Amino acid sequence: VNALVTNLLLFGRVLRAAGLQVHHGRLVDAIRALEWTGVGSRNDVREVLRALLVHRHDDLAVFDEAFDLFFRAHGSSELNLPLFSLGERARVVAKREAGVPPRVEVEDIAGGTSSAAAFAVGAYSPVEVSRTKDFGEFTAGELEAARRLLLRMPWDPGHRRTRRWERATQGPIDLRRILRRNVMRGGALVDLPRRVRRDAPRPIVVLADVSGSMDRYSRVLLYFACGLARSAGHVESFLFATRLTRVTRRVAAPGGARAVTQLVRELQDWGGGTRIGEALRTFNTTWARRVMRHGPVVLVVSDGWDRGDPALLDRELARVRRSCARLIWLNPLLGSARYEPLTRGMQTALQHVDDFLPVHNLTSVERLATHLRRLPPGRHGIHRHV
Amino acid sequence: VTPGPASAPASVDALQQALAEEQYIAERALAVPIYLALRLKRPLFLEGEAGVGKTEVAKALAAALHRPLIRLQCYEGLDVSHAVYEWNYPRQLLEIRLLETTPDLDRTAVARELFTETFLIKRPLLRALEENGDRPPVLLIDEIDRADEEFEGYLLEFLSDFQVTIPELGTIRASQPPVVVVTSNRTREVHDALKRRCVYSWIPYPDFEKELKIVTSKVPGASARLAREVTAFVQELRTADLYKSAGISETLDWAAALVALDREVLDADLIEETLGLLLKNQEDIDSVRGERIQTLLARAMDLATR
Repeated sequence: VNALVTNLLLFGRVLRAAGLQVHHGRLVDAIRALEWTGVGSRNDVREVLRALLVHRHDDLAVFDEAFDLFFRAHGSSELNLPLFSLGERARVVAKREAGVPPRVEVEDIAGGTSSAAAFAVGAYSPVEVSRTKDFGEFTAGELEAARRLLLRMPWDPGHRRTRRWERATQGPIDLRRILRRNVMRGGALVDLPRRVRRDAPRPIVVLADVSGSMDRYSRVLLYFACGLARSAGHVESFLFATRLTRVTRRVAAPGGARAVTQLVRELQDWGGGTRIGEALRTFNTTWARRVMRHGPVVLVVSDGWDRGDPALLDRELARVRRSCARLIWLNPLLGSARYEPLTRGMQTALQHVDDFLPVHNLTSVERLATHLRRLPPGRHGIHRHV
Repeated sequence: VTPGPASAPASVDALQQALAEEQYIAERALAVPIYLALRLKRPLFLEGEAGVGKTEVAKALAAALHRPLIRLQCYEGLDVSHAVYEWNYPRQLLEIRLLETTPDLDRTAVARELFTETFLIKRPLLRALEENGDRPPVLLIDEIDRADEEFEGYLLEFLSDFQVTIPELGTIRASQPPVVVVTSNRTREVHDALKRRCVYSWIPYPDFEKELKIVTSKVPGASARLAREVTAFVQELRTADLYKSAGISETLDWAAALVALDREVLDADLIEETLGLLLKNQEDIDSVRGERIQTLLARAMDLATR
């Protein structure tokens, strides 16, 4: 039994190293459980440990890998496990072309000359940034100023009505409390407590296009997405070009410029054309069920240059719209007076969106904030003009 | 109810056997967690896509253990008055009127009398603590991911103490805690604190052999050939890129429908006519119709005759 306990403790440590949260209590359970089931069948041992030590679907694959490694190495008394690779999830790794030096974020105290360095310093920037200048024409200094503004911008995305009740001075009568309160006063109904549905912040889903054609805007729009995610609470963020990636946690994490710099660096690899329809299809099949709860406002940020199948875009966007409270399309090109949404992708999209708004300068971002704040609550209570 | 063994099954094999008698086929990966939950007296947390048979586990378990099943269906806004208890207000109001006609009414007695068990409406969680004896019930907390975080917090407390406090009545505690089965469709991540207290099991869609067994045991009218073909087709359909795959209950409904139509063999037309029993999403139905059915059917026939 002692050998078993030692091995289990060791295995627990391996799992922790692989990123699983293994509770001590569960290891104790596992020791008891293995006494009942016996350790004769390797498969049963696996099932026992899996049931007790894993409590997330995402961790199951890591567990299986760790189990196989551990119990294979177990035979050869020496503990020489290739554990370093464990727990490493697939990440977006930027593949750079030969000859192009990777851009490094430098803490350049002497005052950077390269744009990357200027960007990374994150120190006080004397540049005054125009509220009406197009993001695409920003200098490095203005980008820095915009970063500080956008990351700290206060957002209030409006509210949705939940199904939970709270006390109120007006609204329907709260029978549950009415008796308890009035019986204390001898049974006469003096006091009529009331209740209303509680409001909660409305969830937001951001789907941002970071393909080649959005290049000039991607960085600023990422700041915008970060600021929104940090300030508004329930925000889910996705980036797409030819494929779609969820970046909710990275965008919401503190760390200001660094997260965005990292994302931007990875984006260089994404470049190329946009397949909005396919990205939305991935969103609808893989993510929608988990992130489209409670009638969110969906913000699609894209110039609508779509190289994919327009019929697919049509279908998938229609589906997105049906499952959200409001679909808002933000197009940086819309800021230009000469722009007309003539691209096939944009033409298709316009048939489905509730609002078509520009997002090309700071003023347009502020207008968007006002627009979101003014959306009425009510789960699906937003009236649409079809 | 015929009294059976009150204690938990002695081994994983015995449990598998007992569930099989209730026509529930549990492979090792599911039977072991159920067994552990029973022995460790911890809640069983079942996660998986809709329609893989999570709810059925609780039903089969209750039947196999000869215990009553108490079900709490979760939804957003679920609160104590719907999950635990509620006072019967109309009856209380009526009682006040009656008491008013009593000549010499003791005012202090009113409050005491109005909040007694007579006026209490017991909801699933409270019932799960009370129905007891040597056979505590199986408590099914279905689709926890639909409830909101507030309720999850309450549940955390409930599952660690198995007691409920009603201010007017006092604390009610289970002499023997119920067997708890919590299910989630994973439309959101349920909080780790709750899952950590449970024995966890992910239920995948069944493979061909398992689903075939389910079809043959639940739709006895289907011929061996039809059962194979139906199962194979659903298996292939699940590999297609769809918004919502067909669950086991859809397979069973479809098989039963084909039996009712007196069909022995699958063909493309038949599938097209009855596709609505398998797929409940117009986009999915449209995307499968026509040529894709032919392809899927060809692959299914291949699988069925293997």
